Amino acid sequence: MSALLQVTGLTKIITNQADEDNHILDGVNFTLNQGEFVTVLGGNGAGKSTLFNSITGSTEITSGTVMLKDNDITKWKEEKRSNLISRVFQDPKMGTAPRMTVAENLLLAKLRGEKKTLRSRNLKKNKEQFIEMCTSIGNGLEKQIDAPAGNLSGGQRQSLSLLMATMTQPSLLLLDEHTAALDPKTSKKLMQLTNEIIQEKKMTCMMITHQMEDALVYGNRLIVMKDGKITLDLNQKEKEKMTLKDLLKLFEEEKLTPTI
Amino acid sequence: MIISAIAQGFLWAVLGIGLYLTYRILKFPDLTTEGSFPLGAAVAVTAIVSDVPPILAIFLAILAGMGAGLVTGLLYTKGKVPVILAGILVMSGLHSVMLFIMKRPNINLLNQETLFDLFEGLPNYYDVVFIGVIVLVILISVVLAFFYTNLGQAFIATGDNEDMARSLGIRTDNMKILGLVISNGVIALAGALVAQNNGYADVNGGTGVIVIGLASLIIGEVMFKDLKLGERLCTIVIGSVLYQILLLGVIELGFDTTYIRIFSSVILAICLMIPQIRKSLNLGTIIGRGEKE
Repeated sequence: MSALLQVTGLTKIITNQADEDNHILDGVNFTLNQGEFVTVLGGNGAGKSTLFNSITGSTEITSGTVMLKDNDITKWKEEKRSNLISRVFQDPKMGTAPRMTVAENLLLAKLRGEKKTLRSRNLKKNKEQFIEMCTSIGNGLEKQIDAPAGNLSGGQRQSLSLLMATMTQPSLLLLDEHTAALDPKTSKKLMQLTNEIIQEKKMTCMMITHQMEDALVYGNRLIVMKDGKITLDLNQKEKEKMTLKDLLKLFEEEKLTPTI
Repeated sequence: MIISAIAQGFLWAVLGIGLYLTYRILKFPDLTTEGSFPLGAAVAVTAIVSDVPPILAIFLAILAGMGAGLVTGLLYTKGKVPVILAGILVMSGLHSVMLFIMKRPNINLLNQETLFDLFEGLPNYYDVVFIGVIVLVILISVVLAFFYTNLGQAFIATGDNEDMARSLGIRTDNMKILGLVISNGVIALAGALVAQNNGYADVNGGTGVIVIGLASLIIGEVMFKDLKLGERLCTIVIGSVLYQILLLGVIELGFDTTYIRIFSSVILAICLMIPQIRKSLNLGTIIGRGEKE
């Protein structure tokens, strides 16, 4: 296996009004190999989302480097990184353009990272493929293909975000609690769909979750974060041995407060 | 009289379409408008009195407006100046630019050939209507064609969900600059047309025009809901004509035109409040037929 993502000494310090330094990320070192599917656990304020934000470039870091596919991307702008990294957020509203139709959203995703020119968008040519993609999810998204994304249900909107994130097969997929805002049943369905897509496209993925069960069931590596550091890193074998009980116990000992 | 209101409505609709690109697509009010509109007028009129053919003069006006939009866009995206303030700065600065171009506060077009003289055969006002229709057809077609390119879609996405757009690799700063450039080009075109119709350009000709432009946009919106982009652009024209008819009505009632601006503001304020008023009174669909509740 080759290293896809290498994070070295990643630190983000925020100075609050009382002039106290707050280490959101505290020298995180982390290597992600091609084909790994890592689940990320940790309490609120552990730095999980900030870790993601530093990888995508949507937040400025204090120090450290981020290497992706042997490129030092630390100074790359978010727009440039988006060729290689895609992301699904927790909030269904964040991943789609509400006033644009489902098909229009998908078309934007298809052109991820491409230079936008004055060429006609050619939506018709792509529509059949889009309908097929939507049908494969099985939640009726294809019937809404010409409806504004803002009219979709939360579950449909998240599955659209997921389709958009995985369409061009970026090098790295980041899922930031992307099922958390949905009801349990929809959440479970979306998680299964996510897993299918990742397996099928052999994607490298990091997934933040608050569902301990999901963290154990899915993926082939598990990391736990606390106070801006990675405190536990289990490989596939160790992860398989881990039970929900062990994990809960571990969290109690560490005085982590997971929100299940 | 009504035909003159329609004629005016068509010319001012150009302004509404320009404003739509920023106010509705990018979702911010661009105050550069009050500078780029009279700038377009100043450039076109100065060019015409310098014997430049009217059509070329209009193109020069559009370019000037685009330049103004570019400055606002750069201040906003690269300089991180809040967009309202960036617009105010440019608007204010353009006052001097216009004085520099015209060398005096106003120029009139007496005995000069304007765009409207190209259609002398038509009766009064009909020439304006005719030119208005031609300009609007071309303008709406071009704007629509742009919307349905990959670049246009990226532009719309930037206004609709900037975070998402950026996460898909769209250079949102460039899109905002592009929007401001196109928008102010269109607004300057409106200025150039209105000035030729009025027969003069004045450095203070921009005061309150943003209210007129927004009024046509909002009137169109409160009347028709849930439209496609093309239909929406057409409702701006309808809104603009209705607004002019409203003003005409006010003048016919014997209102002193010196104080006309407060009416513009009141009309716009009412239109902006209609969704709220409708909600609190639960009137439903008296004005907005087909609206979803």
